[in-house]
Amino acid sequence: MIEMKDVNKTYPNGVTALQGIDLSIAQGEFVYIVGPSGAGKSTLVGMMFREEKHTSGSITINGIDLNKLKERKVPQLRRNIGVVYQDFKLLPRLTVYENIAFALEVLEESPKNIKKRVMEVLDLVKLKNKARHIPDQLSGGEQQRVSIARAIVNHPKMMIADEPTGNLDPDTSWDIMQIFEEINAKGTTVIMATHSKEIVNTIRKRVIAVESGRIVRDESRGEYGYEI
Amino acid sequence: MKVAVLSVMKAGVNTVMKFRTLGRHAREGGKNIYRNGWMTVASVGAVTTTLILVGVFIALMLNLNQIATNVEKDVEIKVLVELTAEEGQIEDLESKLKDIPEVESVNFSSKEDELNRLIESMGEEGQAWELFEQDNPLNDAFVVKTTDPNDTFDVAENIKNFDYVNEVNYGQQVVEKLLSFTKYARYIGAALIIGLVFTAIFLISNTIKLTIMARSKEIGIMKLVGATNSFIRWPFFIEGMLLGVLGSLIPIGATVGGYYYLYNNLRDKIQFTFVELLPFNPFAWQLALILLSIGAFIGVWGSVMSVRKFLKV
Ligand SMILES: Nc1ncnc2c1ncn2[C@@H]1O[C@H](COP(=O)(O)OP(=O)(O)OP(=O)(O)O)[C@@H](O)[C@H]1O
Ligand SMILES: [Mg+2]
Repeated sequence: MIEMKDVNKTYPNGVTALQGIDLSIAQGEFVYIVGPSGAGKSTLVGMMFREEKHTSGSITINGIDLNKLKERKVPQLRRNIGVVYQDFKLLPRLTVYENIAFALEVLEESPKNIKKRVMEVLDLVKLKNKARHIPDQLSGGEQQRVSIARAIVNHPKMMIADEPTGNLDPDTSWDIMQIFEEINAKGTTVIMATHSKEIVNTIRKRVIAVESGRIVRDESRGEYGYEI
Repeated sequence: MKVAVLSVMKAGVNTVMKFRTLGRHAREGGKNIYRNGWMTVASVGAVTTTLILVGVFIALMLNLNQIATNVEKDVEIKVLVELTAEEGQIEDLESKLKDIPEVESVNFSSKEDELNRLIESMGEEGQAWELFEQDNPLNDAFVVKTTDPNDTFDVAENIKNFDYVNEVNYGQQVVEKLLSFTKYARYIGAALIIGLVFTAIFLISNTIKLTIMARSKEIGIMKLVGATNSFIRWPFFIEGMLLGVLGSLIPIGATVGGYYYLYNNLRDKIQFTFVELLPFNPFAWQLALILLSIGAFIGVWGSVMSVRKFLKV
């Protein structure tokens, strides 16, 4: 459950990235966030797991009021949200396996469970043969798949993906979309910021369009709506 | 493709760390030692240098302390009785000496005893003095010890005014100098050790800070993936401790070995003087333990200090 009321975000340098955002996303929904570059998509999703703190308004995530969230409780918020970052954010000195395992280690899972689960998701993103590589030895698309694996490895209540197919070839993109639909079918909320007209128009879901920091469109089975 | 669901998988923040997590942190900390390469060498070098100095200082200090305590214990006042004093007067003097509150013991030493001691202490040459056995020129004496060696001076000055006292000896200058020397030696030694330890803490915290600075982006990522501050802190904590312990190995070897050598070589040479070294066993092992603890303390403290700032990511 995501609830945003009159949310504004101004960065310390004075750039107002978002204003007057009202938004409600139910548990289990699949939502595309679309809009031109610099519109505020990353900022919008970033506020949901406290990568960025909103400037004013109220945000409630999975029952947690972010205005009241104490600093030391932030990890708890983040553990329930799997995030695929536009720039991957992999730990450069850890192997693929270790990067994915890290999300389970913070939960203090047993090594046995960690191993089992990491191998499962590695299989899912087709990276089993690259388990021992470090991120620098991978292509952009492979790194993206590692970050997807890390995002879903702990069965989060919701998943946020910021351009998860930006670096992927069409075939792999469809594979990834299939993974997203599957975890969505199991009840995980999926929020995906994307520039892919093809995906949005093919796999029809709710579409929220952002322009210059405002929500300009919110349709339940929407279209991409922009020329690329 | 299929997403399997694990039976037990909770997403809460545990307040109590599980034991196996400690194992994970230990492994991570150990790996960091290896990953940091030259940084590790620099930190360990800083600790090594410091601890060698600290080790030598502690060995010196404690031995000095031991010597000082021995000498203090041996500080005695010798009260020479006037040659003309009669037996009853000597007894009066003895009870007056015993009545001084600061005095611990009073022992009578007749002039014959004194002469024997003198002859003995001179060895071969002393035999010349045996001539005097018939006509002993020495005084009867009382050997007075104070409970607190620091009272020696006052008590001795006081005794000078007693009747039938010919002379009071207590090696005034020597005693005073020694007492003040040992006092200052202790203070200066302690100050030096504390200073050295803090320098090492500073060095190690700086080194770890550099490695953390290089890793501040990584720490940010870890936090985004849901790591708590303590989860991030622990490996650094263990890394610091390992750095400190590694840094203490060479100093331990050097001081224990060095002390073994010195002790065995010096003991025979100085055994007739008042100087007595602390025995190799257990002293060397205690010193090793102290160095190990200081090393670990320096490492832990250094890492704690440097990590603190970087957790506000
Ligand atoms: N850390 C930051 N500090 C200052 N300004 C920022 C920061 N991050 C983003 N902005 C600004 O906020 C606005 C929205 O940025 P945001 O990254 O949310 O856009 P976006 O919709 O994700 O774009 P893209 O499609 O290119 O990823 C932009 O004007 C950007 O310059
Ligand atoms: Mg973006």
